[in-house]
Amino acid sequence: MSTSTNEYMIEMIDVNKWYGDFHVLKNINLRIKKGERVVICGPSGSGKSTTIRCMNRLEPFQEGQIMIKDLELTEDVKRIREVRTHVGMVFQHFNLFPHLSILENLILAPTWVGKKPRKEAIKTAMHYLERVKIADQADKYPNQLSGGQQQRVAIARCLCSNPDIMLFDEPTAALDPEMIGEVLDVMTELANDGITMVCVTHEMGFAKKVADRVIFMDAGQIVEENEPNEFFDNPQSDRLKMFLEQILDH
Amino acid sequence: MAIYEKLETRPAPEGTKGFSAWIRENLFSSVISSILTIISFYLIFKIVPPLLDWMIFDATWSGTKEEITGEGARWIFIIEKFNLFMYGFYPEELYWRPNLILVLFIASIVAFKKITHTKVRIAILFIFPIVAFILLHGGLGLEVVPTSQWGGLLLTIVVASVGIIASFPIGIMFALGRQSNMPIIKTISVLYIEFIRGVPLITLLFLASVILPLFFPEGMDFDKLLRALIGITLFQAAYIAEVIRGGLQAIPKGQYEAADAMGLNYWQSMGLIILPQALKISIPNLVGSFISLFKDTTLILIIGLFDVLAMVTLTNNDTSWLGFETEGYVFVTMIYWVICFSMSRYAKSIEDKFNTNHK
Repeated sequence: MSTSTNEYMIEMIDVNKWYGDFHVLKNINLRIKKGERVVICGPSGSGKSTTIRCMNRLEPFQEGQIMIKDLELTEDVKRIREVRTHVGMVFQHFNLFPHLSILENLILAPTWVGKKPRKEAIKTAMHYLERVKIADQADKYPNQLSGGQQQRVAIARCLCSNPDIMLFDEPTAALDPEMIGEVLDVMTELANDGITMVCVTHEMGFAKKVADRVIFMDAGQIVEENEPNEFFDNPQSDRLKMFLEQILDH
Repeated sequence: MAIYEKLETRPAPEGTKGFSAWIRENLFSSVISSILTIISFYLIFKIVPPLLDWMIFDATWSGTKEEITGEGARWIFIIEKFNLFMYGFYPEELYWRPNLILVLFIASIVAFKKITHTKVRIAILFIFPIVAFILLHGGLGLEVVPTSQWGGLLLTIVVASVGIIASFPIGIMFALGRQSNMPIIKTISVLYIEFIRGVPLITLLFLASVILPLFFPEGMDFDKLLRALIGITLFQAAYIAEVIRGGLQAIPKGQYEAADAMGLNYWQSMGLIILPQALKISIPNLVGSFISLFKDTTLILIIGLFDVLAMVTLTNNDTSWLGFETEGYVFVTMIYWVICFSMSRYAKSIEDKFNTNHK
């Protein structure tokens, strides 16, 4: 029996990434423990989305090392797929599959990647649809649902693969204001269940309430990180002070 | 501050709906529109009645050649030569075989609409062509009819359907190949597609009929129809590939990312997520391409195969039936139109069926 000797779920060590000559990520060092809830914020173009997209290798990086659950992310396609089975990702634009019903969206990965029997996958799927309060819509198609409902389905879809880590890439940024609440509620509930969570978001209320740690990025670097109360009440760097002023004044 | 009361709905004003309003809005909405309407009605009046007279009211529908009266179309020619138009030189006592295929074909289409079970559908897709080939060609105890005896509409449909069915998977492969990250596969796909698209179909048919036999041992009989089918399939595959590439490019990047993030591998992601959506978007263009191919099959005349169009010339070589080209061409035109129009409608129906973009 080999048990994990490492207390970290996610480790990014000196990660650097370039788009052509543009240096998007500069020496990112980030260690996230099992069950930890981390919120990443920062101005647009600061590299926060790129950072979490490196964690499941949707973005390749040129330098450094990323370990997910003791598995190093290499170029190897099989390794990448293995890592991805442990990591669920929720996107800004939901990215549900419009040609499949809600239920089919949910059982796709469990049956094809997890090789679960269809019946079992449906049972799990219905369980998670109930959790996100959308079980009565199982036979509808994504475009028949509101944005908030679609995003809740997307979260349920990730959970069906039983991931250890959930990544959220601006999950509420594409939603109408009155739908943000229902998605944040689901995310808060999830956070209370103890799953490891990394969330790129501008919802500072959510960060204050849920996060164990808030990270501020700017120009491809981690500028400041702290536990939420200190982060918001006592920012150290000028860049964070300015950023907080700008978003909290409105 | 102001508060407004809720208003009741009321019917649209008089004269803004109904027949007379429709006429006013659609036919006589402006001076130019009125002029165009009048010109159109005049043309319809001038063209349609004489056409109907020729085709139906003054036409000769029965009797013998000597009894032809009136100015109208002499459809007895078509009736007399009907079997040639339909089956070419296929032996008359074996007509039941192509007829049975037609029945099976219609049954398959109906079954395809009714049965939603994927495995049954795939079985139909594989079994039908095999059964059809054995019935048409013979073998397994059935008398063999060499392809040189196939002709008429039968041959047209064989060439078109083989071209469509065989080119489809090849086209998908080249479309995916063209999008591949692997430079060699990408280069081969691009070269293939651009070469084929840069060459007229006739050239490919000549190439297939002259060059293909060179690859086989001398004296080996290489079926003329098979050569034509290979040429047409290779040709059509390149066009299908481009149509599908258009569909692939229309799929948002997020769909690829979501599939990747789930841990699906390349073929799963393509087969389950990307292609079903890309093909659905491509249906109108695919059908356009199929319809073009159906009409392009007439070119096989060039390498000595007699399809339904070639039958017009052939039947008019009969010395006792000279000078019936007009009827022949009108008849063949109608056949082509009916088939192409049906394809177009059928495509519309599957397009609607696959439409999951309910708003």
